[in-house]
Amino acid sequence: MSTTTKREPQTEAVAGPVQRRGDVVFAGLAKGAGVLIMVALAGVGLFLLIEGAPAITASGDQAYGNDNIVLFVWPLLFGTLLASVIALLLAVPLALGVALVISHYAPRRIAKSLGYVIDLLAAIPSVVYGLWGAFVLAPAILPSYQWLAGHLGWLPFFEGPATTGRTILTASIVLAIMILPIVTAISREVFAQTPRMHEEAALALGATRWEMVRMTVFPYSRSGVISGIMLGLGRALGETMAVAMVLSVGIGVVTVNLISPQNPSTIAANIALNFGNASGTKINVLVFSGLVLFVISFAVNFFGRWIAARGQVKG
Amino acid sequence: MAKSIDVSDLDIYYGDFLAVQGVNMTIKARSVTAFIGPSGCGKSTVLRSLNRMHEVIPGARVEGKVVVDGQSLYGAGVDPVAVRRQIGMVFQRPNPFPTMSIYDNVLAGNKLNAKRMKKSEADSIVERSLKGANLWNEVKDRLNKPGMSLSGGQQQRLCIARAIAVEPQVLLMDEPCSALDPISTAAIEDLIHELKSDYTIVIVTHNMQQAARVSDDTGFFNLKATGEPGHLVEFNPTSKMFTQPDEESTEAYISGRFG
Repeated sequence: MSTTTKREPQTEAVAGPVQRRGDVVFAGLAKGAGVLIMVALAGVGLFLLIEGAPAITASGDQAYGNDNIVLFVWPLLFGTLLASVIALLLAVPLALGVALVISHYAPRRIAKSLGYVIDLLAAIPSVVYGLWGAFVLAPAILPSYQWLAGHLGWLPFFEGPATTGRTILTASIVLAIMILPIVTAISREVFAQTPRMHEEAALALGATRWEMVRMTVFPYSRSGVISGIMLGLGRALGETMAVAMVLSVGIGVVTVNLISPQNPSTIAANIALNFGNASGTKINVLVFSGLVLFVISFAVNFFGRWIAARGQVKG
Repeated sequence: MAKSIDVSDLDIYYGDFLAVQGVNMTIKARSVTAFIGPSGCGKSTVLRSLNRMHEVIPGARVEGKVVVDGQSLYGAGVDPVAVRRQIGMVFQRPNPFPTMSIYDNVLAGNKLNAKRMKKSEADSIVERSLKGANLWNEVKDRLNKPGMSLSGGQQQRLCIARAIAVEPQVLLMDEPCSALDPISTAAIEDLIHELKSDYTIVIVTHNMQQAARVSDDTGFFNLKATGEPGHLVEFNPTSKMFTQPDEESTEAYISGRFG
């Protein structure tokens, strides 16, 4: 009896590490936050699956006049991807250029104010972008579309007829401006974090500024830039209001013609436009298209991470 | 290939702040010149002004003359990029390019000259440079491994190989051993002895034994007073510097009675 009472406190002192209340509370909060995110994500996925499932068998009127759900979703998916890819093609080179100017080329004062202006673009609501796109950009850009249709009409992208500015190309331009701030901000941060000693190593070898950027800044920030692009792409894929307001939609169109009045809509814009009047299975059909968007966004993100990770292993 | 350097009336500024004032010296070709002195007295600043790396820092500028073999580095129309291709530099912390292999690290400077190189030519430059940096035997079987996979001392020798791959006229070393263990330090010092036959070497060091071991000439830098700019106190052959220096403050610093 006496030996056990003696031994117990000893083993406790060895086995049990000291528990501090602050640590316990903080660890609990952090874990809770992590779990909450997972639960929220799973909840969204589950909702989309359950509500979207009845749409699998939808056809005819319920599937907005299509024979089956695939014929309904495919043009929307195509439009979503097309608009996002064009937006990325337009925004990424511009964003990287601006980020580089801010981090490495411009004098500090100018760089700072330029950074603020770019960040401000992110604060503009997407409805405003939509209004601007539909009523300012679209009429203003129509003459260029007419020129494109006239001179480059032999390319499938510019077949025309160019009768309206509210095309998928206009929508993509608006999207590009919307994702510019996030891609720029992230690129600028990672560019600026390039270790000084690597930059000096390149300069001391006789690298010009641009060669220094290519030798040290780009390799160092590659994965960070890809993360930024993925975030921008995520925003472009899911953007609803701006696209819905700008785009002149043709039903079920799948075309690479960027400047015709018959444009493929995007998933998010289509949901926004039709949800108010939908009932019964039509709601399930729209939710199903949302599920497709969810999956595509996931896939694109994982793909981006994979590219980023591959780049790092090489380094 | 190796060239001498004449420095006259050199004032070095960071913005409006005068960091180093009135430096005059002649650095002989094919010799090792060491800069010693307490922290913050401008040794590294002077060194970086010898290949125009000083002006990389925003607001930094230089007044006075630095003449390498009759050519002024700060003359009108002199391209700093061209200067840095002629005058190589090795830094305090080893800084191989992290995304490049050992092979590509050595060739980094050569590739900047943008001319197409034959594989055989590139191979021979890599071998010659790594042999010159006493690193060849240690890495010849893993040239395609990343430069960062080497130990600190090996990385520093890789940086030296990278610097001599472009066959510069002068090699500047800014405390090249301060981040290394004694064995790696000894390897670098041996290397400096060997490189002396081909290059003009200027080395900044905090280690006075090192200065005594490797250098032919030594320059002692100090602050005139707290808040005043740094200046060159004495410039003499190392043997004289460490036995009977001209200035009392030099002797005080070298013998450890600094004040």
